[in-house]
Parts: sequence; structure tokens; C-alpha cells
Amino acid sequence: MGKKKVPAMNTSSTADIAFLLLCYFLMTTTMGSQTGLSRRLPPMPDPNQKVDDQKVNRRNIIIVKVNSADKIMAGNEPIAVNQLKDKVKTFLTNPANDPNLSERETKEIENFGPYAVSKGVISLQNDRGTSYQAYIAVQNELVKAINELRDEFALKNFGKKYANLQEEEQKVVRDCIPSNISEAEPKDVGKKR
Amino acid sequence: MSKFGGSNNKKEVPAMTSSSLSDIVFMLLFFFMVTTQMREDEQKVIIKTPEASEVVKLERKDLAAYINIGSPTLQYQAQWGTDARIQLNDSFKTTQDIRDFIAAERESKSEADRALMTINIKADQDVRMGIITEVKQELRRCSALKIMYNARKGGSNN
Repeated sequence: MGKKKVPAMNTSSTADIAFLLLCYFLMTTTMGSQTGLSRRLPPMPDPNQKVDDQKVNRRNIIIVKVNSADKIMAGNEPIAVNQLKDKVKTFLTNPANDPNLSERETKEIENFGPYAVSKGVISLQNDRGTSYQAYIAVQNELVKAINELRDEFALKNFGKKYANLQEEEQKVVRDCIPSNISEAEPKDVGKKR
Repeated sequence: MSKFGGSNNKKEVPAMTSSSLSDIVFMLLFFFMVTTQMREDEQKVIIKTPEASEVVKLERKDLAAYINIGSPTLQYQAQWGTDARIQLNDSFKTTQDIRDFIAAERESKSEADRALMTINIKADQDVRMGIITEVKQELRRCSALKIMYNARKGGSNN
């Protein structure tokens, strides 16, 4: 009895404290996975600069319009959103060498060799009244079309999907299948809100 | 058994040691601290981002600046109405304020990372494009060209 031992510290409450901290962090933080569609805006044209006549040949542009009732027009015909992808793909690849679809220009691709790169440009126009949801749906279809073309190209030439390629190979694919989506200058149609 | 006390025969189930419990919980805690991020600021607008199937992840979360667009939440509707509004940081702003916002955001990033700054446009799916076009034009004027339309990963059925 005379032996005085220092009692071990009671650690059972550390778990509670840690739980408390855990709960605090669970409450105040968000599991962050922000996803979205990445885009690059065109730079603002310099007002002093003359509008240069960078006329893209008419056949190389496909105009995709979304109106205020969320109806879509591609080329010159109304189209449903689920057909848009295939339309864009045929426009860009132009398998039958249709003179109304985009042309191809053989370019020397670094690390790859010459390849007939499509000169097609997708021009996306929208109305002020278009809903954001419809706009994103159209953007999504356009991205999907290009992603599928890249996948096809990658499978054919490298035997792998685009996402599984090396960095340099991805660059080759990106050079061969460029993603030319232009978001047109807004047009003031209708009354200003 | 006889090593201790030697009062023998008394077979007691020893209390489970709970000292490792705290370690486990701390491990959980660290996991959550690392994988989550602080909620940026109070949401004052209702945002239900549209669905898309081809979404990509935002790479550098620390280099993102958020522009929220949507109709104000219930408690702010009396003051701000139900029309779509722009929320920057913690308050409602107009398109003219975007310039200052971008400048401030740029200032807060390190020199090398400024070119990589992404403007994350978080807009409600029912917002009209008019306001977004205005925002985009303003961003072009500030030459903040790298943008991302925030969207949820959704089914590819459409």
C-alpha cells in the first residue's frame, strides 16, 4: 500500500475530443470535386485593329444556333439535341468528301507525320433567352463529338483510348483533331432586358 | 497469471483497451481534413447545376474563382427579388463589379499561377443565357479567358 504509483492518464476522452473535431470538419467542409466543361474564351478584339478578313470558307463553318425556346438549328435545319453529335462528327470528318462539308488540309504533325486535319469550325450562337441547361446540353454534345473523334483516332493509331495515352501522344491527337468551338459574339437580338 | 498479485482463480475479462480508438478517429479526421475543402462562402443564390456527361475535373482548386449565378435564396428574395443575380464572394453584385473581383482574385494568386486561374461559372440550370453572356463578355474584357461551366456528372442518355 505504501507504493505510490503515478496512475496512467485516462485517455478514454481523447476519442471523444477527436470525434468532436471530426464532426466539426465534416460540417464545415465540402467534399470538393468541382466538375464542369472547360472552355477558353476568345480574347476581346482590339477596337483599334481593323477587322481582319480572316474569312473562313463557308463550307468550313457549321453554325449551331439555340433559340429562346431551346430549339436547336445546326447547319440550316432544325435538329434534335441527340442527333447533334453525329451531325457534327460527319461534318468534321467528312467521310464522303461532300463539297458542302468541311475540308481537310494536310499538315505536318510533330512526332506523327502528315495528317489531313479538318478545317471545320463549330460556331455556337445563342439567344439571350436560351436557358443555361439547353446551352450546356449543346456544349456537352459538341465536346462529346470531339472526344469521340479523338478516341477513334487514338484507337486507330495508338491502340488505346485518348485518356490512356501518354502526354505526347495526347498532344498529337489534339493536333490532329483540334477542338474548334467558337462561341460567337453575342448578337443583340430582341429587346434588351 | 500468477505473476500479478497471485490472488488467482478470479478470471476477469479485462476491459477492452480503448486507447487505439482515438488513433483511429484521428486517422479519420486527417482523411477528411485532407480530402475536403472549407466551404468557400455562404451561398446566397440557389444553384442547381445542369448535368453533362463530358465533364472534366477542375484541376487546381486553389486557382479557381467562383462566379455564382442564380435566383436569391428565400431569405434574400424580399430584398433582391427572384430574378437571376450574380453572387461574388459574399454579396450580390452586378456585371460591372466583375472587373474588380477578377483583379482582386488575380492579386491573391502568386505571380506564376495567374495565367492558370480558372473562372468557374456556377449557374443555375434555369438561368437565361443573357446574364451569362454579359458575364462572359465582361470576362473577355478583363482577359480572364480560362473558364469552366460548372456541371454535374450526369447520365449520357441524352
